[in-house]
Amino acid sequence: MSDISLTVNGKRVSGTAEDRTLLVHFLRENLGLTGTHVGCDTSQCGACVIHVDGKAVKSCTMLAVQASGSNVVTIEGLADGADLHPVQAAFKEHHGLQCGFCTPGMIMTATDMINRHPEGLNEATVRAELEGNICRCTGYHNIVKAILAASETMSKGRARQAA
Amino acid sequence: MYSVNYHRAASVADAVKLLETGDAKLLSGGMTLIPAMKTRLAAPSDLVDLSHIEELKGIEVAGSAITIRASTTHYDVARDERLKTACPALARMASLIGDPAVRYKGTIGGSIANNDPAADYPAALLALDATIVTNKREIAADAFFTGLFETALEDGEIVTAVTFTAPAKAAYEKFRNPASRYAIVGVFVAKGADGIRVAVTGAGDNGVFRSKEIEAALATNFDAAALNGVKVPANELMTDIHASADYRANLIVVMAKRAVAAANA
Repeated sequence: MSDISLTVNGKRVSGTAEDRTLLVHFLRENLGLTGTHVGCDTSQCGACVIHVDGKAVKSCTMLAVQASGSNVVTIEGLADGADLHPVQAAFKEHHGLQCGFCTPGMIMTATDMINRHPEGLNEATVRAELEGNICRCTGYHNIVKAILAASETMSKGRARQAA
Repeated sequence: MYSVNYHRAASVADAVKLLETGDAKLLSGGMTLIPAMKTRLAAPSDLVDLSHIEELKGIEVAGSAITIRASTTHYDVARDERLKTACPALARMASLIGDPAVRYKGTIGGSIANNDPAADYPAALLALDATIVTNKREIAADAFFTGLFETALEDGEIVTAVTFTAPAKAAYEKFRNPASRYAIVGVFVAKGADGIRVAVTGAGDNGVFRSKEIEAALATNFDAAALNGVKVPANELMTDIHASADYRANLIVVMAKRAVAAANA
């Protein structure tokens, strides 16, 4: 057992867990943050993607104790109160989800991808960088559209901030 | 996952000491080890986390002399501007490993110490004639990769860095398994001061290897056309549900041609 302390969605949290506890299970079971999903057992599907110290990683492939001391953002921490994050809004607008199970991971991956490409994205880049996220409804087309739209919205926002 | 005890090492010396605990294993990015533990293919009693050791991080480029410390992630290798100038082939190779989430966590030291027969880095380091630096000694890549998931590393030995001289020309091409995205065949070609070196991953029965046939054909003419008609023997290549040994033998030449063309471009 280890004591684990993290900043999750801006709040300091701590708890005790077995060393083998995966970060995703700590988030879901200890902290009740069930927006982060477990979709596979093989680190392939990306339903569990969260941001750890600003980087999109698979929370099913990291022990909670490994992340102790880190700053974590989950899907629950993305919206600003009732205002959806631009990536969430774009997924809604472009129907970027069908059953919705992969959506939290898709959105966390997309947000990171857009942040990493301030110069803008094209379809080929989005599809290549979605390599680690699987949608078993196979609804990729609208997911890609939503990410491209969110990238445009966010770059306009940056331009406004700079002006 | 079976029960495990986690330790966070503060230094390489600390990690060596912690490694003596039970059946301890080193944990770097964890992109292979944690999935293996989840499926109980690996069951260490203790994990020694190397990812907080500052002395294991970073890339140094001094002219053509390149040092990549062991805990450097694939993401950092792929985006390092000096490395992209000195050895663009290696930076590009790192950008093709796994997916973006894996590249944020996975490390060069972890990849080579694991020596997965379909991993990309072993081919790169073998072709680049790299030296693997450990806490005990320096090991030439030719002597480091000894078999499937096997290396020359001894108990208590930790990879601390990789060094190599940037080649005049190099490129890596891989043919991915469409589902797992691992290399069915990956070929790294490098034209260095001491000649041509060509290393193949994903295909060998005994892990990564150099192709003598392709190196010989390119020695006098570093051009894709020099590989027309070159045959790689299939007898020591893998056969699995994805590809037969003969298919892989042919694919090695195809990937080598593409890599040479890319290196010359």
